[in-house]
Amino acid sequence: MKIIISGCGKIGATILESLVAEGHDIVAIDNNQSVIQEITNVYDVMGVCGNCFDCDVLEEAGISEAELFIAVAGSDESNMMSCFLARKLGAKHTIARIRNPEYNDKSLSILRHHFELSMSINPERLAAHEIFNILKFPSAVKIDSFSRRSFEMIEFRLKDDSVLDGLTLSGFRDKYKTQVLICCVLRDDEIFIPGGNFVLKSGDKISLAATHTDITKLFKELGLSQKQSKNVMILGGSRISYYLSEMLASAGISVKIIDRNEKNCELLSDLLPKAVIINADGSQQDLLLEEGLTTMDAFVSLTGMDEENILISIFAATQNVPKVISKVNKDELASMAEKLGLDTIVSPKKIVSDVIIRYARALRNSLGSSVETLYKVMDGHAEALEFIVKDDARIVNIPLKNLRLKKNILIGGITRDRKRIVPGGNDVILPGDHVIIIAANQRLQELADILEK
Amino acid sequence: MNYSIVFYMTGRILQIEALLFTLPMVTAVFYRENCFFALLISALIAGAVGFFLTTVFKKKDSMIYVKEGMTIVALAWILMSVIGALPFVISGEIPSFFDAFFETVSGFTTTGASILTDIEAMSKGLLFWRSFTHWIGGMGVLVFIMAIFPQESGRSIHIMRAEMPGPIIGKLVPKIRETAKILYLIYIVMTVIEIILLCVGGMSIFESIVHTFGTAGTGGFGVKADSIGGYSPYLQWVITIFMLLFGINFNLYYLILAKKIKTALKSSEMWCYFAIVAISITAICINLHSVYGSFSETFRHSSFQVASIITTTGYATTDFNTWPEFSKMLLVALMFIGGCAGSTAGGLKVSRIILLVKAVFRDLKHTLHPRSVASVKFEGKKIERDTINGVTTYFALYFILFFLMLVLISLDSFDFETTFTATAACFNNVGPGLSAVGPASNYAAFSNLSKMILSFAMLLGRLEIYPMLLAFAPALWRNKNH
Repeated sequence: MKIIISGCGKIGATILESLVAEGHDIVAIDNNQSVIQEITNVYDVMGVCGNCFDCDVLEEAGISEAELFIAVAGSDESNMMSCFLARKLGAKHTIARIRNPEYNDKSLSILRHHFELSMSINPERLAAHEIFNILKFPSAVKIDSFSRRSFEMIEFRLKDDSVLDGLTLSGFRDKYKTQVLICCVLRDDEIFIPGGNFVLKSGDKISLAATHTDITKLFKELGLSQKQSKNVMILGGSRISYYLSEMLASAGISVKIIDRNEKNCELLSDLLPKAVIINADGSQQDLLLEEGLTTMDAFVSLTGMDEENILISIFAATQNVPKVISKVNKDELASMAEKLGLDTIVSPKKIVSDVIIRYARALRNSLGSSVETLYKVMDGHAEALEFIVKDDARIVNIPLKNLRLKKNILIGGITRDRKRIVPGGNDVILPGDHVIIIAANQRLQELADILEK
Repeated sequence: MNYSIVFYMTGRILQIEALLFTLPMVTAVFYRENCFFALLISALIAGAVGFFLTTVFKKKDSMIYVKEGMTIVALAWILMSVIGALPFVISGEIPSFFDAFFETVSGFTTTGASILTDIEAMSKGLLFWRSFTHWIGGMGVLVFIMAIFPQESGRSIHIMRAEMPGPIIGKLVPKIRETAKILYLIYIVMTVIEIILLCVGGMSIFESIVHTFGTAGTGGFGVKADSIGGYSPYLQWVITIFMLLFGINFNLYYLILAKKIKTALKSSEMWCYFAIVAISITAICINLHSVYGSFSETFRHSSFQVASIITTTGYATTDFNTWPEFSKMLLVALMFIGGCAGSTAGGLKVSRIILLVKAVFRDLKHTLHPRSVASVKFEGKKIERDTINGVTTYFALYFILFFLMLVLISLDSFDFETTFTATAACFNNVGPGLSAVGPASNYAAFSNLSKMILSFAMLLGRLEIYPMLLAFAPALWRNKNH
């Protein structure tokens, strides 16, 4: 599929990287020659240097054959305009990044309609949403929910003294008699889709799929349960902080934001009347303690600097704040931070690229059983996908134990008319079902890809 | 430096070469010639060495950065030539290894300079191999590998850059593999058309194929002592036109295929190239007015020679060594200009000349108006200062190396004209020069040292200097971490 990406900044490059890995034909547009140079050196893409408002530039990039045009350049307005131009020049679908909070839902829907945008994405809002989900269920480091919230997929790390340490999966099933399925285990950067005699070890990152109530029940039994956070401290008054505070405030959670920019603080206090805004340097430990860091249920570090986020998060963790979340954009730093003991790390650009990949895959296979939801889980080592099943004789009405699945594929859940099925060997897949598939180290385009060829 | 990927890729290339030997083998079987065994042994050696390299250097890390790209290309071309020379030595048709190596390098680099004194005595199988090397070398082996194998490693664009001629290498389509496929497809289609047109004109199939290989790669190996001189005017015109066509940037053919003829016609490099050709033909026609009997003959000979030299092919329909001085010097100038970037031709490339001239004018203007700000534009686009710098550095390096080699070649104490044009003809991948290396004679008289230097010159010219120079830079090999 031919995709054009306009703007190769942080987010643009991340999207580009994941779309290249999906095997698409990518053309990158940027008006900075050296950026284009670097991108074409590193990735197998075509680069066009020029302004995305220039029709000649768009035509050189082959806009008329483009299936998808993604505008992630500097400003929201230029993204919308270039999407509009691209649409008029023949691009079939367009996605624009629109991140300014002033574009509220109503104006967005008008703009989307008028500029014929297929989708608008707001990385900050998506990131805020992900953090919000985690704060509601702080035992997890990552929560992904599938359509209609029927199933949730939860990642968490086994602590050193975990009761699960040394337990085999079949032992786990016998002991807890739950409907929770352990989908994959990440151990020393290696991903496993575990079988019945797989032994869990402390330090593993494991991912579970089940309904929300089952997971809560299990966590209670395991003694891992943490109450929903009530008091949250946010460091840095960025856009994400704004969106997050808004979500938290409307859920009745009290929020304290610390930012060193006075103007920014005033602006935030206008927008967020319920939040407590502190104008101070958040890197001062005394100040954090004075503002009651130790009494907080959660600490979220959202400054513009990855390094600052990591260091202050480590400090917060040493002060026994139950849940510490840090925003880290650079991949290398994120893996380092994880080694330093910060387990909950949020990367806005990764969230965006997940959304775009999902969209691109859905476009590509509009014929077969299409991808409804897609999450990269376990630091990108595995994918969790939700398909809506079409009538496919190779899959439908065959007991699961008789399906010849590829290696590293797991059927994690089936939803049928609001009924949730944690699949066993005798269950079957029927047309119209929503099926959740976990796939490690491979990319599924459609549901039939789970079968051995 | 990532040694494993360098040797792994080199091994891959030798495996491909082993496969390529099958075509001349078929020819040898067809004509029932003994050179079949020489070719078979060479193919087995290539295959064995290739197999050895690919298994020993099983790639651990497949990252290719600029230096790996350049080293792979340089190493591959040298090894390919060494092995490509084996059939000549084994069959005994060119007993000296130095001669055989010179002949093979001349083939792969599409130079067409020969040390053979009696071409017509060679076996058909080896003649076929000799010309086939032109065809392979014209578009490049590594580009071929990229076209047929799925992406072997990240960043293979660096290999393509190192092997494709021209100052700016762009892709036709987003994926490098598709780009390589399209390039080879265009190349193959044009080759087939020329073979058909030559056959129609009464040339035997074998000779049509051989001459087409020579034209397509802009090489210049033939099968006759008098090159193309003995063929009918029709055949000479077909070859003239195809030489010119193979000297055009292949991207333009893709644009035409993609129905973007307007964009293709806007190419200033192409127009400049045609202008140089037209002016040169006119000038030589006027200069030659009394040499040949009729105007049509004069026109044909001058067109053929101009096309042959500017595209650095090196075929000849007449001994231009006997032409008046002005015409000869004009041809020498054309040797240095060469064809368009992204074609199979050698030389400095028309686009580099255009950029140089534009940069010179900009600097002159800057001297007059020291505060003026002017950007250099080419093909409707602003050219970055780095690119211009790259072109001027290339130009300087080109002439430094040229004169260095000129001095070394002069050790053989030929006259100035011979020494100068021999170096120029090899460095620019043309083939024949003037005087003692004119179209009617050959390079056999040079010493082995000179033959090695000239072989090196041909490789430098074909790969556009940097890969060859860098591959021999100690700094590249000394430090394992870089």
